[in-house]
Amino acid sequence: MKEGKKILFEHIDVPGIEGIATYRSCGGYQSVDKALTSMTATEVVHDVITSGLRGRGGAGFQTGTKWNFLAKPEGVPRYLVCNADESEPGTFKDRYLMEKIPHLLIEGMIVSSYALGVNKAYIYIRGEYFYLYKILEQAIEEAYKAGWLGQNILNSQYNLDLYMHIGAGAYICGEETALLESLEGKRGNPRIKPPFPAVAGLYGCPTVVNNVETIAAVPYIVQHGGEHYASFGTEKSTGTKLISASGHINKPGVYEIELGLPVEEFIYSDSYCGGIRNGNELKAVVAGGSSVPILPKHLILQTPDGQPRLMSYESLSEGGFAAGTMLGSGGFIVMDETTSIVMNLHTFARFYHHESCGQCSPCREGTGWMEKILHKILDGHGTLSDIDLLWDIQSKIEGKTICALGDAAAWPVASAIRHFRPEFEAYIKDPSAIKKFSHYNEKYKIAETAI
Amino acid sequence: MKEIKFSEATMVKVREIISRYPDGRHKSALIPVLHLAQAEFDGWLSPEVMQYIAEILAIQAIEVFEVASFYSMFNLQPRGKCLIEVCRTSSCWLNGAYNIISYLEEKLNIKVGETTRDGKYTLKAVECLGSCGTAPMLQIGDQYHENLTFEKVDELLENYQQGEKMSNYC
Repeated sequence: MKEGKKILFEHIDVPGIEGIATYRSCGGYQSVDKALTSMTATEVVHDVITSGLRGRGGAGFQTGTKWNFLAKPEGVPRYLVCNADESEPGTFKDRYLMEKIPHLLIEGMIVSSYALGVNKAYIYIRGEYFYLYKILEQAIEEAYKAGWLGQNILNSQYNLDLYMHIGAGAYICGEETALLESLEGKRGNPRIKPPFPAVAGLYGCPTVVNNVETIAAVPYIVQHGGEHYASFGTEKSTGTKLISASGHINKPGVYEIELGLPVEEFIYSDSYCGGIRNGNELKAVVAGGSSVPILPKHLILQTPDGQPRLMSYESLSEGGFAAGTMLGSGGFIVMDETTSIVMNLHTFARFYHHESCGQCSPCREGTGWMEKILHKILDGHGTLSDIDLLWDIQSKIEGKTICALGDAAAWPVASAIRHFRPEFEAYIKDPSAIKKFSHYNEKYKIAETAI
Repeated sequence: MKEIKFSEATMVKVREIISRYPDGRHKSALIPVLHLAQAEFDGWLSPEVMQYIAEILAIQAIEVFEVASFYSMFNLQPRGKCLIEVCRTSSCWLNGAYNIISYLEEKLNIKVGETTRDGKYTLKAVECLGSCGTAPMLQIGDQYHENLTFEKVDELLENYQQGEKMSNYC
């Protein structure tokens, strides 16, 4: 069994860690000191490349590579934007991190900005997290007062201004180009890529957009070196990852795990989820936020060739979409035997319908139809051909839209049908079957669409 | 009718927000300023308020409407003083969000999307608020109320009845 290394959460339980004094006394801001006084920007980028750090927002793209892509034309400002628009259902890790240890994010923003030659950086936070906006504003103010932000930081001639920016309720703004549109004061419609933000991002200037957790990992990498970071985790999934665990488990919460931890241990160990509530049987898991394929018990605990499934990018995706899933954002939703997969899918379908920006017809229309058909099935009016129709619609959304929201809406539907088709058939043949599930609520009209 | 004009204190905030963005990029301030407007002008954005914001930011009114109509936190209709938003996506649903919604519907004698006759409460069912580990939950203003039970809901409404600040943004 592996020792659970804590990189982001090492000091999370220290009383007062949200304030700059305590944060400093736990070694905070040392990476800024190190980078600005003894490293070139290229050296910092090099460390992030060797660390193998992958984007923690969901896509898992190599952070160092993304940084390397940043165009550096003379006389054009560059921007770093932190994506704190956490809104993938099942994901609440960034919220926890920002609430408990806001200075870690700010420290990460400073070193990352230095590495990228950025003098103006923004943290884009979702509107619903207004209380966190206030916490971060205060932390930024403290950092300015202590000289970590502003002009000529540590007499290094390096200047950085860091600002908060608040959103107003739109899942799509977690998509990086939609986020940039929103930051420019527009609707959050994703842009067609290329050009990628690294070439033409915020205000048409070269821009890097990184998730909160990704940025928060940078101070440790700079402080201890990329190779040291890469010594944790697995070869393809280095370091640690924050997992938001929710659903039918005894101990929901945010856990920092060393990548490569067996899924079974994560679910059943008392150090993590603590097993299924009421001693119930595990039925299914959505391992990486609502967008990733749902897996039944036997496939989440083991890969198709019978090996224990691990919490890593490569192990979770083993078996492709036929038998695997993705690590995604680390939103780990656990469902026990009392769960109706079809009803759960309806909540996802409604979510994507509500959140589709409406730019691409396959997504705008398709998400609505998927929600309607699922509603029809749950209402007792389904026919067996509706299952094939659902399959048909999802296949016509996937890969046919500007951004990944279309795929994200299609995958949960495809995987639910792939792994739980008999459950759909059972409802259709006997609509009263739905009533035996613990979440059935006669009074609640699921017909209510998003308002 | 109340004059649509920000207080001087709010105008100071507006100017500070605009200063966060590069010269000529003041349109970036639109969303934060709309939050301020909603907080100051009865919790919703009337056409007159949107016109006023357009003037402040020197942009077209249609640009304000485009944005205001896109984001779910902007209300284009009047709402109750206390806006109750209950999360109903997966993890909250798994932990009984629908029961909380039905309970509130019965207690307030309104359906989701409606406002009580006295104009005090509006009930909304919303999508994931990032509180999945403490489900079920609801949000009022900038406050998260988590691990809900019927008793907690009773207590919450009781507190708001007694005139606790119906918190708002900015």
